[in-house]
Amino acid sequence: MATQSLVGTKNRAGQVVTDAWKMMHEAERTPCFFTGSEVIKEAIRRANCDVMIAYPITPQSEAAALIGELFAEGFIGDYFRGESEFAVMSQCAGAAFGGARVFTTTAGPGTMRAMENFPMWAGARLPIQMIVTCRGINSPLSIQPDTLEISYLLNTGMLVWHAETAQDFYDWILKGYMVSEEPDVHLPLALCCDGFFVTHTKDVVNLTPVDMCLPPYDPYRSPVPCMDMECPPVRMMRDPFVMKSNYISYATHASWQQEVWAAVERSRKHAIRWLDGLIEVDKPDADILIVSSGTAVSQGREAQALLEEDGIEVGIVKIKVLRPWPGDEIREATKNAKHIIVPEFNVTGWLAKEIRATIPDAGRVYAGPHVCGGMTMPPEVIAADIKKHLGIKAESLAGRGS
Amino acid sequence: MSTMYEVLPGPEHFLPPAAASMGVRLPDPGQAHIHGKIVNEDDAMEAAARQFLSAKVPTIFPGPLVLWAWNEKAAKKATAIRHLYETIKESVTPSQQAMLIPMPDYRPKYPKINPEIEINPNHPNLTIWHNKIDACMFVGVHCHQANLSLKIIRGGTYCYTIAMCAQAGHEDAMVSFRDATADKIMRLADWVKKLKGSVEPPKD
Repeated sequence: MATQSLVGTKNRAGQVVTDAWKMMHEAERTPCFFTGSEVIKEAIRRANCDVMIAYPITPQSEAAALIGELFAEGFIGDYFRGESEFAVMSQCAGAAFGGARVFTTTAGPGTMRAMENFPMWAGARLPIQMIVTCRGINSPLSIQPDTLEISYLLNTGMLVWHAETAQDFYDWILKGYMVSEEPDVHLPLALCCDGFFVTHTKDVVNLTPVDMCLPPYDPYRSPVPCMDMECPPVRMMRDPFVMKSNYISYATHASWQQEVWAAVERSRKHAIRWLDGLIEVDKPDADILIVSSGTAVSQGREAQALLEEDGIEVGIVKIKVLRPWPGDEIREATKNAKHIIVPEFNVTGWLAKEIRATIPDAGRVYAGPHVCGGMTMPPEVIAADIKKHLGIKAESLAGRGS
Repeated sequence: MSTMYEVLPGPEHFLPPAAASMGVRLPDPGQAHIHGKIVNEDDAMEAAARQFLSAKVPTIFPGPLVLWAWNEKAAKKATAIRHLYETIKESVTPSQQAMLIPMPDYRPKYPKINPEIEINPNHPNLTIWHNKIDACMFVGVHCHQANLSLKIIRGGTYCYTIAMCAQAGHEDAMVSFRDATADKIMRLADWVKKLKGSVEPPKD
């Protein structure tokens, strides 16, 4: 394909177009000490992006602004600010319809405001990548970390991945394009992280060489034609197919929806290859497993260490990919666990609900601890909840000041 | 997801599931699939050729990607498809009727499609039913539209479906090839020629 034939040539910024697998797995890495926002910039610098569209909303504003610098340096084909998140996501669709590799970032209320666009992106099979730096969405206003918005994305037809660390973030932005642009997938990717915890803290991240970039997006491999007002999907939106009340219209639309979710399923094979599995398991034979995603996994690891000091062995299951849902993997990883603890940074415990719906003997799942609205989740709280769940007396962290 | 789901001729259901959602996985390069199971490509070639030779109305549905000479590869594929069609026509008995019906675009056709001259992904069954097509092959159709068609056909007709896909293949077809080239289409024509006379034609 055209994409492969471009390997070895230079892009607009003078970077060498490199085979993506070699770039991500074989090229020399350089350790750097960066914030998550800076890491987003460095990943996009190497992503051979055509268009980035921005709108300021905390905590993604910094990343969006930094990518503006990339535009000024010649690494992005076009960059502009939309009038609102809704406008941004609509403009992203326009750019993707036109055959561009598109990137954007959003957070919290911005995600919610733009929500109508996400099933539209998926239905139109647009492989846009959107970083979601999760924060509170409800009134009263909160800009602090909270993962409730992820639950709204789960049924849009987008791929949804949840990064734990800045290193995940760096690698998955680049790998994400490779998965979502596969012709059998060709869907948008919501790459989520916990705002501030990842975006505004510094970490050591191993970067690929700055003179290498991904192969460009090849729109001719798209499973639907590029933008053309006489052809679907654009034509579909104003055609009688969605307006008529008859069996054929309904059946076509139903099949269309099924095809979107079939494409989500197809991404499984590619995501397993690129991410080395949809989940990651540490000590699968432990009776107690902490199963979570995002930075709740990091806190779980700290709790694991605390409990080990008390002679309590705990395993960890890190869920990397939420859509497609790694049901088989979670069933296998948890088959011997007696207690499954699901810490989450949101009020509803949506991840625990998904896990309960997945495994046999769902009574093993303890949905918690939950924190939200920007609260931290000290490892001591997870450890205390596990002890309490096991019937072991544990000191309440909240009572330390008394 | 582990599965026992088989992709078989219908009519399957009022709204059959997408095969991918039932755990059917696409083949890797060099492979193909029959009824949702991964096989080597030659097995699928033979299966497809046998379907063409045993069908009353074996039909090829070429789509926009091969109907217009938008690049050299497309023109070569179109020539190969014409060759395959001619080979099928020469290889079947007079009681069988080989057809070549294009899918020129994807616009829903209202108030009514002319099923004699075209097929449409939004209501492919109209063309299948009208022409009594019992085996067909999609080629040069954008993947999303091909999957839409293949699933609707499986839902409402007994037609045996084959997909000659230029990308990763189609779970919703009963036989699917991937990475289609003009050479691969010519190979399928060779298989039809090779099996000519050895496959029982349809009764009555």
